[in-house]
Amino acid sequence: MTSPAAAFKQHARTLTRDLRHRHRIQTALGKYEVKRDEMKARFQDWEGARQAAAAIKSEAIHHLDRYLEEFAARLEARGAKVHWAPHAEAARQIILGICRDRGARTIVKSKAMTAEEIHLNDTLEQAGFAVVESDLGEFIVQLRGEPPYHIVFPAMHLTRGEIRELFARELGDAPSDSPEELTMVARRVLRRKYLEADVGITGANFAIAETGMISVTENEGNARLTAALPRTMITLVGIEKVLPRLADLALFLPLLATAGAGQLLSGYNTLYGGPRQPGEPDGPEEFHVVLLDNQRSTILADSEQRDALHCIRCGACLNVCPIFRHVGGQTYGTTYPGPIGAVITPHLRGLRAWQHLPFASSLCGACTEACPVKIDLHHHLLQHRRNARTQRPIWWEKLAFRLFVGVVNRPALWRLSLALGRLGQKVHGLVRGTRLDPAYAWTQTREMPRLAPQSFKQWWRQRSANRAGRDSAEGRGPVGP
Amino acid sequence: MNPRDTILARIREALRAPAARHNAPAPSAAAGDETAAPPSRSFTGLLPRVGPGFEDWVAAFAAASRELRTEFVLCESEAQVRTELIRLRDAEGWQRVAAHAGPRVKPAVEALGLPVWWTDGGYDKHALEQCDAGLTECDALVAQTGTVVVTSTSAGGRALNVLPPHHVVLAGREQLVPDLPAAFALLAERYATAWPSMISFITGPSRTGDIERILVLGAHGPKKLTVLLA
Repeated sequence: MTSPAAAFKQHARTLTRDLRHRHRIQTALGKYEVKRDEMKARFQDWEGARQAAAAIKSEAIHHLDRYLEEFAARLEARGAKVHWAPHAEAARQIILGICRDRGARTIVKSKAMTAEEIHLNDTLEQAGFAVVESDLGEFIVQLRGEPPYHIVFPAMHLTRGEIRELFARELGDAPSDSPEELTMVARRVLRRKYLEADVGITGANFAIAETGMISVTENEGNARLTAALPRTMITLVGIEKVLPRLADLALFLPLLATAGAGQLLSGYNTLYGGPRQPGEPDGPEEFHVVLLDNQRSTILADSEQRDALHCIRCGACLNVCPIFRHVGGQTYGTTYPGPIGAVITPHLRGLRAWQHLPFASSLCGACTEACPVKIDLHHHLLQHRRNARTQRPIWWEKLAFRLFVGVVNRPALWRLSLALGRLGQKVHGLVRGTRLDPAYAWTQTREMPRLAPQSFKQWWRQRSANRAGRDSAEGRGPVGP
Repeated sequence: MNPRDTILARIREALRAPAARHNAPAPSAAAGDETAAPPSRSFTGLLPRVGPGFEDWVAAFAAASRELRTEFVLCESEAQVRTELIRLRDAEGWQRVAAHAGPRVKPAVEALGLPVWWTDGGYDKHALEQCDAGLTECDALVAQTGTVVVTSTSAGGRALNVLPPHHVVLAGREQLVPDLPAAFALLAERYATAWPSMISFITGPSRTGDIERILVLGAHGPKKLTVLLA
């Protein structure tokens, strides 16, 4: 089996050369950027909103134990059942157990990155359940048998033509490639599923401690139907999703929609605080909430990177990341791609096998600037690099740096190396970009930066000499203090 | 140790080290510091501006509705609400509608002269799916965002406002609030002693952009949303 790093390199190499892919992603994200900036401008104080959100998230995770207990107690008081899953396997077994106990056949799911994280569909399908993704983008990638491309826009890498072919092949129904008609095909198919499903599974964007509710953000209404029609509802939510108070949503809902999709508010923001209550006409008879740790407490224990748990999974850092925009979401081979994925995946799956992700960054800081909850993303990438090298030093890298230090600390050696460099550059022209080039890894796709013909010091000395000559020629002395 | 205690113990252990952040604002609520003031929760000055008066709120709700493609009608009277409903019935050829027996909705729906599927006290979901429109009341309209706030107790359950292809909201002027903080304050005041199992902030008809980021209305929920404010 290829290592995650080798697979990443291979896919990245293919996709960065795929100009159609790049064009598609740039077009989609260009539209997003226009809308996002328009909505940001409507805030009276966007920066203040980010600060406030970061402060609330920081408060929440620094009292996570207390808020989780409060959340669970209030939710259970209304007849819901709260399950605690220390790791992915525990969460899978809990959900599998509920589906088996209810004698379920069909399960309808709304989009949940936590479910992707624990590979829930594989488990349920192997146990014989029919699982249908109801979010349109997730439905499309499920039909293709591939993971989502992006945590908010799962099918953004596909054209309408490809989706039409997919629907024709898998559903036998594809009238045209108009997005409207294709959406209506999915609507017809999925309507039947909501009505016949025994269990509905959702994720959650927030868990409100004060009132014991989960909050689900969506645009399509698929989560609304998933939570309304089946007799059993299960929500899988990461423990870091807690917000202290209900009214905090007045800030977080518009922040999430603006950063995530360039909307002021998403189509449906829905709170669920229990199964059907006395006097209510519908709703599930049972409501299970599964709280997932799965290494989140490891991130919490890292005092430098604890703020990675602020993440509200808006995807803003992916959208602005120059690496993501070139290598694409599936290249990462992780549940969470992009900058946030490169920060949390080494915690979730181990730094040793995933250390290539923090290195696949230009450290430009666009992610940190875009993050609505002010996660210090690009510094966390640097910290991962440091930790990776401390764990497992690379001898030639250490040697190279030691040599570099030796050279820059000795002016004569430094000048000599510059002179040699200029000379080498002349010779380099003969092999540049070919396999004989010692810098081939760089030059095969990029320009080699050129050394200036003159160093700054040389230039300065020359300039001073010229001036002195001119001044003395004009009969002026140097200006005294 | 049971799984609950395992997770809580891990969290407490993890929080023993204080946060060390590179560019952090002063941690106002660091681990163990119970005296630190909680962060500010006054969001009104951060969010988009809404004018002070009722007319401003109506204008803001109307502007947001245009963007969202919500049909918004400011009615002079209850009589005009009924006229609007009849217009919708005839324009869309409604055969059967669904509603709940709320004091505002019931008389208006009965005046339509159509078979009505009432969701109160339980219903057949397949029959509800066949209805041409779902008519409900709401808890609030939010001017700032063009949002309709409904709950499982005030609007005929969870499915009525999302399963039929057209959701029609009948609201009163006193229900219009300026912004999101006001909407949450209203909910807390109304329900703090007995929360409904579902509260939904509905902002426009159901929508998706999952195919080439092109907007399509009516992904799974209603293709149309109409708000009649009297």
